[in-house]
Amino acid sequence: MATPTPVRHAWRALTGLIVLTAVLFGINALGVYAFGKSSWVPELALDLQGGTQIILEANTPDGSQPSPEQMDQAASIIRQRVDASGVGEADITTQAGNQIVVQIPGQADEETRNRIESAAQLQLRAVLYSSAPANTYVGEDGNTTPYPTPEPTLNAVPTAEPTDGSDVSWVTDALYAEFLAYDCNDDANDPANEPADQPLITCEADGSIKYILGPVELDGSSISDATNGLNSQNGQWAVNIVFDGEGSEKFGKISQRLYGLDSPRNQFAFVLDGLVLSAPSMNAVILDGKPQITGSFSQETSKTLADQLKYGALPLSFEVQSSNSISATLGSQQLQIGLIAGLIGLALVALYSLIVYRALGSVIIASLAVMGVLTYIILCILGWRMGFRLSLAGVAGLIVTIGFTADSFIVYFERIRDELRDGKSITGAVEDGWGRAKRTIYISKSINILAAVVLYILADATVKGFAFTLGITTAIDILIFILFTHPVMQLLGRTRFFGGGHPLSGLDPEALGAVYRGRAQFRAPVAAVAKTPAQRRASRSRAEAERRQTIAERKLAQQAADSRATKEGDD
Amino acid sequence: MRSMNQLGNDLYTGKTSFPFVGRRRLWFVIAAILVIGAALVPFVRGVEFSIEFTGGSQFTVSNVATPDQAAATDAVQSVVAGATTKVTTIGEDSIRVQTDQMTDAETRAVTAALAETFDVTTDEVSSSFIGPSWGQDVTRQSLWGLAIFLALTFIILAVYFRTWKMSVAAIIGLVDVLVITIGIYSLFGFEISPAAVIGFLTILAYSLYDTTVVFDKVRENTHEDGEQSGRTFGESVNLAVNQTLVRSINTTVVAALPTGAILFIGALWLGAQTLTDISLSIFVGTIVAAYSTLFVAAPLYSLLRENEPELKARDARILEARERSLVSA
Repeated sequence: MATPTPVRHAWRALTGLIVLTAVLFGINALGVYAFGKSSWVPELALDLQGGTQIILEANTPDGSQPSPEQMDQAASIIRQRVDASGVGEADITTQAGNQIVVQIPGQADEETRNRIESAAQLQLRAVLYSSAPANTYVGEDGNTTPYPTPEPTLNAVPTAEPTDGSDVSWVTDALYAEFLAYDCNDDANDPANEPADQPLITCEADGSIKYILGPVELDGSSISDATNGLNSQNGQWAVNIVFDGEGSEKFGKISQRLYGLDSPRNQFAFVLDGLVLSAPSMNAVILDGKPQITGSFSQETSKTLADQLKYGALPLSFEVQSSNSISATLGSQQLQIGLIAGLIGLALVALYSLIVYRALGSVIIASLAVMGVLTYIILCILGWRMGFRLSLAGVAGLIVTIGFTADSFIVYFERIRDELRDGKSITGAVEDGWGRAKRTIYISKSINILAAVVLYILADATVKGFAFTLGITTAIDILIFILFTHPVMQLLGRTRFFGGGHPLSGLDPEALGAVYRGRAQFRAPVAAVAKTPAQRRASRSRAEAERRQTIAERKLAQQAADSRATKEGDD
Repeated sequence: MRSMNQLGNDLYTGKTSFPFVGRRRLWFVIAAILVIGAALVPFVRGVEFSIEFTGGSQFTVSNVATPDQAAATDAVQSVVAGATTKVTTIGEDSIRVQTDQMTDAETRAVTAALAETFDVTTDEVSSSFIGPSWGQDVTRQSLWGLAIFLALTFIILAVYFRTWKMSVAAIIGLVDVLVITIGIYSLFGFEISPAAVIGFLTILAYSLYDTTVVFDKVRENTHEDGEQSGRTFGESVNLAVNQTLVRSINTTVVAALPTGAILFIGALWLGAQTLTDISLSIFVGTIVAAYSTLFVAAPLYSLLRENEPELKARDARILEARERSLVSA
């Protein structure tokens, strides 16, 4: 005997679901074992695992809204600072146009906080001295020895008053000793917050060279533009800078001074947040305020430098909007409460489903279980691929969606029951109920997804976590509705228990007042229960007639009966 | 008592019918009273905003042996004399202190003082400092989100149902839900916090979702009835609402159960503020949403459509035919 089409369709859908689940688990397994980055437990947000969150608002000096490029730049500066302070696993994101959210595990000490909050500024300083980053020397004994910490007795005041930014008399004995001992990789060094009118010891951003620089001569605000392009003469990538009026004049003077000095004093350093981005040498006197930096740039590196110069040009200051530190104890406590509440909620929903829908309730429970498995694995994968972290608001979102999800099954079951009441066979009711329920589910769930998307795009971090889980679970809900609930109903409708309308199956046509009871057995329609003897006679003859009616005629008659009943109800 | 099945059957055939559309004047009056009452609650009781909106500092000390509130106040006063402090005990072993906005240095000093007072390490003290503009930013963005969401929903529903009147009815029903929910929320004396705002936004989505499910049945009935129908437009709408009534009840119960569980556990046992705020707003909201769909959105839709000339003419024809059949019987 050939398998009927709905059954084949049902098995195909269920197989699809199993394959999908297997693929998702496979992806996460790949993440865990092959890449070593994923985990079998979803990543938890700060409020559940403890940690510190600082929200900074970036302000421009003139109060205008920073551009997205500036914000990216600012975020990368903050990331650099946090990394420099030795905090591992920091998470830095931008939100709402002008906010930067810094999340770090554990408590943030005062030094880290100060470092994060200081303003980002691009400075231009002349190079006084440069060397390899080593802070050790090979002594007479042939051993590598670190330079000693500078003696406090060394003179720290210039012997002669320095005349300009390139004057070597800035380099005192104390400064030079400090320079020798300077370690580019030491987290304790904080060149970003050194005074502008003093010389500065710092390193190239990648730690490859260390410098003594003169005091600040120009700051980023005098750069009006920076672009990258090909040099027309040698065809190499270059960075073109345009200074504003005052900047051009100052830069002209500097260029006259530096041109012709010995290396490295003919170099000029662009310093962002205390680190040297680039220190090109002055190869000509530039009076038009349009210097070009050439060197071993690729297209990419020239673009990076141009962006850094351009967006770093406007000094952004950072103001702490909110700072939140949550102890690990409070975090795990909140997670525990969330989980307990979720389990109790699930148990209650399961119980109610069984009471109202009898055995059909188990389909709701099974669907919720499948939902749970899929949501869990997707949260794991998202934690790996998108850095998604489950927050307390997200947990609440998950718990709340238990209700939303169960509703799609309720809508479907009620439609099946309606079809049964119309006198359809159980297998027929499962199909026709599906046809109607699916429209309702699609339109109403798309409203939910729309809400989640709008909230996700517009709202701040707390709301985002919630919107994200709401959106994900709604999408999974629709998927399960198609790939699990419907096929399972198709198959169950063919079993004796459900298909035969057992009283405990939840699909008992008799209890549902069906006109039609399968295998051409009929009974009088409920709506036609008559009141007067005349009506009773009429109802009997109607029942008699109904046995001979076609389905269409029967439906029409039923509707007529309905409308009469409605009228009675209204009266 | 009739079983749920029996009620479902009777509602489906129309043997039992609640006059959602028929008695709509009464329902509208009740709704108006509820909305006005809810809108007045904030004036009578005053709405308290959480420190996320007003700005301030908050400290939570976990693993406290004896949550002595006076000791907590003293600890804060020892650092900042005269600071306004509000101390609450959370669960059995946690204590929460809210104060005026403090500087970074003061925050750390208070953290240390609290840790010493309650004999815990500073790691057990959670602290938040919230600038006063933060909550406003969140609210402003939420309002933007609301406006855009409503506009998009209006269009989607109008296109799907092929009448803008359903969109209007759904959105008026939604406003009804939001006002009443916020009213009840503040009646409980809960602070409006960002978590509560999230709850209200969820209710927004849920309310429209619920209305859409019922309206889809209304669409089906009014559409399928067509010219041959023996029902007036209002009766068709009413039948649809009645036919989905069992679903509305089941859905509301199922949605309210898990949120009720969070509310219960959060409020009675350990007091995780975020969870309680979210779940109270959603718990109240789901119930109000079901009410509003049945008693406000559906009758309103019927009211909006009934006066269309075409439907009016058809309704008149049906009523006339019914009159005749009654006379002949």
